[in-house]
Amino acid sequence: MKLDSMYQEIILDHYRNPLHRGLRDPFDAEVHHVNPTCGDEVTLRVKVADGVVEDVSYESEGCSISQASASVMSDLVIGKKIDEALELEREFLALMQSRGTAEGNEDVLEDAVAFAGVSKYPARVKCALLSWMAWKDATAKAVDPAAATGAAPASAGAPLDVPEQEKP
Amino acid sequence: MTLTESRLGGGADLAAGFDVEQVRKDFPILARTVHDDLPLVYLDSAATSQKPLAVLDAERAYYELHNANVHRGIHVLAEEATGLYEATRDKVAAFIGATDRREVVFTKNSTEALNLVAYAMSNAETTGAEAQRFRIGPGDEIVVTEMEHHSNLVPWQMLARRTGATLRWIGLTDDGRLNLDNLDAVITDRAKVVSMVHQSNILGTVNPVARIVARAREVGALTVLDGSQSVPHMPIDVAALGVDFLAFTGHKMCAPTGVGVLWGRYDLLEVMPPFLGGGEMIEIVTMEGSTYAAPPHRFEAGTPMISQVVGLGAAVDYLTALGMPAIAAHEHAVTGYALDALATVPGTRIIGPPTDIDRGGAISFVLHDEAGRAIHPHDVGQLLDERGIAVRVGHHCARPVCLRFGVPATTRASFHLYTTTGEVDALVEGLHGVRRFFSR
Repeated sequence: MKLDSMYQEIILDHYRNPLHRGLRDPFDAEVHHVNPTCGDEVTLRVKVADGVVEDVSYESEGCSISQASASVMSDLVIGKKIDEALELEREFLALMQSRGTAEGNEDVLEDAVAFAGVSKYPARVKCALLSWMAWKDATAKAVDPAAATGAAPASAGAPLDVPEQEKP
Repeated sequence: MTLTESRLGGGADLAAGFDVEQVRKDFPILARTVHDDLPLVYLDSAATSQKPLAVLDAERAYYELHNANVHRGIHVLAEEATGLYEATRDKVAAFIGATDRREVVFTKNSTEALNLVAYAMSNAETTGAEAQRFRIGPGDEIVVTEMEHHSNLVPWQMLARRTGATLRWIGLTDDGRLNLDNLDAVITDRAKVVSMVHQSNILGTVNPVARIVARAREVGALTVLDGSQSVPHMPIDVAALGVDFLAFTGHKMCAPTGVGVLWGRYDLLEVMPPFLGGGEMIEIVTMEGSTYAAPPHRFEAGTPMISQVVGLGAAVDYLTALGMPAIAAHEHAVTGYALDALATVPGTRIIGPPTDIDRGGAISFVLHDEAGRAIHPHDVGQLLDERGIAVRVGHHCARPVCLRFGVPATTRASFHLYTTTGEVDALVEGLHGVRRFFSR
């Protein structure tokens, strides 16, 4: 069925057996992000050292797409230089905003290219982005706690140009 | 999978004298297909209802023949537009058993109607002694229930914050009913207003209004009823309900979006301060100050939603012709059928009353896979959509209910006068499919 393009086996695998899940110490910053329209939530911690993402740990609640995305994201960014990881985030964001027109660069995004099919479903893009936005926010706070205090509150959700999909 | 037109039928025999197949022909959208020729199975009427041709025709005819602003101008079109707009006021009054047409105030929706009352209360502080009944401040209490839609919760939280009053609420039982054991302790003589939902949009529960109104009256509190999910589905008589205010919205009762109603007892509306200021709601205006028009116009500032009001009038005519008792009986039958049918799907947990007693046609549930793991409603909704089945997923603007029942979200199937048992069968078949997909 058509949905198989969204529910790739690799996504379902990450959903059933998530990587790096569970909050760990030590950490430099912790954030809590929510998707207020569907109730997905993630609490995420980041540990950085010498410009490298040393660890990402999280607890999350949500649909298969948001759960799998947190697993894929954390596995991708852990051990990467912060700049490289931020570049990955931009790459993934562009893929999610492509409305099904992009396939994604597998050499760069690895397992995350499996989410290309999600970009065809505007209502689900936020699910795939939730943990990425949380990671980006936490990393900014970890790198420069003072600068990050002026950022949007975590509860405001991802500050993205993604259409609201669900009204009360 | 294939669903034939005939499979989506059925239900005509459930409630005598109500031919659901005939009713469906009045709703053009129900004949469309989705996702490559699948019949649409629309089970999201609690979010918004579909519209019959009569409503679409009324709005179109209004713009084609009568469009003008209302309550001003003396030309033919202005008089016709005003006549159509005001005729809906009479129709709505009759529909809910109001004896005085001036008690019907048009708003944007239920949310605005509820905010109107809440803001009128805080505005009472700076109004004359006649508005004493509406004044609220520190030491006073506002009472709601734990099953409110955010539209009947957040405005009261905001009122409490503006005035220093305290918000209290009636809790829920495990089967989704109001816990009335400590009612007298929750509604005390400090309560200034008690606002509650008639039929829950997430649980489907129909609340015992009389019992709560009796207690509220004992302590002299104003009573507000959120009828968003009841007025579209059952006969309503404001006198019998005994409340002071009733809020409801047009778009859930076959009317267009953009129009709602606040009904209020005239003796209260007469002394209630306005919410929005502007044209239409005034009596005499000088640069120094203004006096206000009598109800209902005091509460209808600015050019109103004229075509939508005309559409609401057509919707009321449509529902009245079919008969609200017949519609309620049909939906009750479909609801009972659906509760029985959902019980046949393993791993389904109903969030709300498990039986059809004092219960409307909005059924929330959580589905589990064969390993007993909850399948997130977002995933359930996506896979059902693939079969052409439209349900609502999420917290349904009633997040405290999800918290109460320890679930992040639910899947909700909701019914209306055009819902068939065949559509319920399609839902059940779809849920089996969802379980298979996530258990593989």
